[in-house]
Amino acid sequence: MKYRSVFDIIGPVMIGPSSSHTAGAARIGRVARSLFGREPKWANISLYGSFAETYKGHGTDVAIIGGLLDFDTDDTRIIDALKIADEHGMKIRFIEEDAVPEHPNTARIMIGDHNGELELVGISIGGGKIEITELNGFKLKLSGNHPAILVVHNDRFGAIAGVANTLAKYEINIGHMEVARKEVGKMALMTIEVDQNIDQHLIEELEKLPNILKVTKIVE
Amino acid sequence: MFRNVAELVELAVSKNKKISEIMIEQEITVTGRSRQEIIAQMDRNLTVMEEAVERGIKGVTSHSGLTGGDAVLLQKYIEKGNFLSGETILDAVSKAVATNEVNAAMGTICATPTAGSAGVVPGTLFAVKRKLNPTREQMVSFLFTSGAFGFVVANNAFISGAAGGCQAEVGSAAGMAAAAIVEMAGGSPEQCADAMAITLKNMLGLVCDPVAGLVEVPCVKRNAMGAANAMVAADMALAGIKSRIPCDEVIDAMYKIGQSMPTALRETGQGGLAATPTGRLLAAKIFGIPLNEQ
Repeated sequence: MKYRSVFDIIGPVMIGPSSSHTAGAARIGRVARSLFGREPKWANISLYGSFAETYKGHGTDVAIIGGLLDFDTDDTRIIDALKIADEHGMKIRFIEEDAVPEHPNTARIMIGDHNGELELVGISIGGGKIEITELNGFKLKLSGNHPAILVVHNDRFGAIAGVANTLAKYEINIGHMEVARKEVGKMALMTIEVDQNIDQHLIEELEKLPNILKVTKIVE
Repeated sequence: MFRNVAELVELAVSKNKKISEIMIEQEITVTGRSRQEIIAQMDRNLTVMEEAVERGIKGVTSHSGLTGGDAVLLQKYIEKGNFLSGETILDAVSKAVATNEVNAAMGTICATPTAGSAGVVPGTLFAVKRKLNPTREQMVSFLFTSGAFGFVVANNAFISGAAGGCQAEVGSAAGMAAAAIVEMAGGSPEQCADAMAITLKNMLGLVCDPVAGLVEVPCVKRNAMGAANAMVAADMALAGIKSRIPCDEVIDAMYKIGQSMPTALRETGQGGLAATPTGRLLAAKIFGIPLNEQ
């Protein structure tokens, strides 16, 4: 079941006008910001389907940038997000794509600065609820509703067990988990949704495990 | 966890509890949060809805200038007392319009189940409030009952215009509101389901065709009619009228109709009212794009 909480239906509290095109868009932007870990210096945003057709009227552009600035769906600063981003020196480009996406409300967000880049695809499925379907070329399914950790690792035996054992040691329960890889034996990505918030020291401990390359956390 | 309306009604009847209570109990189980915390969050959502209605009936205008001020006109009309339909219905309509006018003006609202359909549930709630004088707790329960029915629709069909047309948004919202009105008025869980089914049946096939892609025309007035539809269907269910087609099958029909709806009629601003000469002219004016380049 895609919707699990009554507050997916009666909620979110948000700035209008559209839960999917404004609130959902802000949430996709905010997940990208959270994964990137800091405010990006530039953002190239491709919009597909209904997002591409109607983003100006719905404030989808404003909302995604609001999310990149770490604003929540009910933060009135979303309205002035483009201006605020400009003041912060963020270079922004929106691209209206013609390709027909699997889901009508799809955005591909590429952000970066001197130290790194991130590419993410998010869909807004209705009522403000979103899913992240791709991250740096890896297919995944992330709701953004729970705290989650993303682990980039070498595709070797024992890597997954090492992470699971460490989580178990700290009594962290895994609610949902999936593993994706682009090629056998190369780089892979673990997506782990958990029930509790994760401390920074646990992230550092995970990063020291064999075959683990990078660990990022998303907090609800 | 209830998966459909039949299971929801069965749970309520067998436990001799209200639908709102079944929704609260499920929320506790699914999220692990306390009852107090869950009720407090819904109470905050109720406050957001109240503030949006208050702001809207004082009068707002959207950035495009397409919508705003209609809630004020209706409230003044009601005060004069020469209305033809009914005071509670018109009050519900004006408060639904008020909420959606605030939404169109990029104001703060609570999505129920979406922002485009955010007027129907609070509009009917605050109108029925004047008639039934509920406690604050009962008003919060109204939202849990709405949420329970919306939860079933969202998981078995869709609640976004881009996925299933306006029937999925205002249609769902109106059905949710009708069920909650029935519970607040003392109706049974079965009558809640009948009210939801009767409402949604009369919203089937409704397309999502916003002019210039904005959540304004016809969205604000569709919320108005969604509220009126919910009020009448609730009265019909309370009178003992049943839906010949069970609620779950109506939801399934809505899903199948939505799946067969062309993209032009699913929130792309390309078909229906958006494609009328006036609709295209308004879009051209708002975005400053000549008609032949649209």
